[in-house]
Amino acid sequence: MEMAAGFNGIVLGDFEDKKQAFMKLKYALIPACVVVALSLSGRVTAGWASPADAPAALKGTVKFEGTAPKPSRIDMSADPLCAKARQTPATTEDIVVGGNGGLTNVVVYVSDGLTSHSFPPPEQPATLEQKGCQYRPHVLALRANQKLEVVNSDETTHNIHPIPNNNREWNMSQPHGVPLEQSFAREEIAIPVKCNVHPWMRGYIAVFKHPYFAVTDKEGSFELKDLPPGTYTITAWQEKLGTKTQKLSIGAGETKTLDFAFKQ
Amino acid sequence: MRMKITLASCAVVVSLLWSVTGLAQESHIGNLVGHANRGKALYQRYCIFCHGEYGDGTGESAPYLDPKPRDFTKAVFKCRSTPSGSLPLDSDLYATISRGVHASGMPSWKPLLRQERADLVAYVKTFSSAFQEEKPGESVSIPPEPLSSPESIKRGGELFQSLNCWSCHGKDGRGHGPSAATLTDSKGYPITPFDFTTGSRFKCGDSDPEMFRDLVTGLDGTPMPSFANAMTPDQRWDVVHYIRSLHVSRKPRGMKIQSEGQ
Repeated sequence: MEMAAGFNGIVLGDFEDKKQAFMKLKYALIPACVVVALSLSGRVTAGWASPADAPAALKGTVKFEGTAPKPSRIDMSADPLCAKARQTPATTEDIVVGGNGGLTNVVVYVSDGLTSHSFPPPEQPATLEQKGCQYRPHVLALRANQKLEVVNSDETTHNIHPIPNNNREWNMSQPHGVPLEQSFAREEIAIPVKCNVHPWMRGYIAVFKHPYFAVTDKEGSFELKDLPPGTYTITAWQEKLGTKTQKLSIGAGETKTLDFAFKQ
Repeated sequence: MRMKITLASCAVVVSLLWSVTGLAQESHIGNLVGHANRGKALYQRYCIFCHGEYGDGTGESAPYLDPKPRDFTKAVFKCRSTPSGSLPLDSDLYATISRGVHASGMPSWKPLLRQERADLVAYVKTFSSAFQEEKPGESVSIPPEPLSSPESIKRGGELFQSLNCWSCHGKDGRGHGPSAATLTDSKGYPITPFDFTTGSRFKCGDSDPEMFRDLVTGLDGTPMPSFANAMTPDQRWDVVHYIRSLHVSRKPRGMKIQSEGQ
């Protein structure tokens, strides 16, 4: 009993201090809040009327320097249903270089510099499909606590097995057409995903607590939209070639270009 | 007065340390309440050599063991009654400590008192903050087992093929499927699929209901997935009966149950 009382005493004392500090802060906060509220209402009514708040955008390409490695063929004969599902032979996807040396499946994201840290996850689920005994997309980026729909379009049964460091590990068998819904609670870039039944299958899931990320397309290009003006560290992550970072400042309404290059 | 203040501040320091180190953790198994502070002493006497001082599975004996001792800091456990990806119940950890894990270095700790095993459960939970941040999943419900029959075994055999159990466990259940050689646990150590012909001493318990449960929960941290979405309860019993039929020296399970019931 005495212990509990003493413990509460400390907490309350601490709380009193914080309360006083907050009272002082309040006078500084009120005008700031008014400014924020005014600018927000301006956005709603006039749609980014104030140029100081207009969102910025960041575009760019990720290139592979040097001779692109040739993807190797995947032997799917162990499961006849997989082999049957393929019109073209499957190839490895760890380094995929497209037109003009563009590197596909690179996750580009804001790794530092965001002033706001609270972003509710979108209602729209992200989808990971197992098709032709490979993952589509090979690299999926989604938000923490966003619904993840896993779809098995193959005739065969898969097991989907993410192996995270910072999230709960799960491992679910999924026959054709059976729905499966999961989510990841914490940011992690990126979680390897395996199918133990088909050992050649490998994908990655990048989980973000903010919405400022993109996965490069076939040409290696990406776009980060609706970025608040600020100074950011931008990171590009590739499953085999590691990470690259660059710093940049971006002003209101600006569209900047940022390119990355990886080599083996 | 001064005495009172000293006592109070002492209490504050103790309670702070208590909460910071997580030693306030308790376990609840039926009417048993386990306490982590008592479990710590037991852990340091019995468990530390394999599981290590920090519970990360790197004790002195760990390099010589296969499979490796559990890393409690990850809070991922094979033997649970809860869905894949969720924390185990206290009673699940208690059951593992009591039963031991067959085909591993983990013995049965039944020689310890029930209270001592409950204390160990409470202490094991202090190694990961997950037990403070998350709640365990809901326990799997296990319906009564229908009798085994040639039809049930046949249906189970068909599921064994269509659900790709054979990819790892092999078409004949001997653990030599085409993917068997590629399997690793989640820490990257090689792991072999169970050979069903050798016997029925499964890692998480020998009984039919325990096998049924394993099909629902999967063995987290290993390639064995959960079939929670992949089979109906009746189908799970069919697979259990089929797996029993692979054990060459065993009498059909259904007959045994029948004779017990009479």
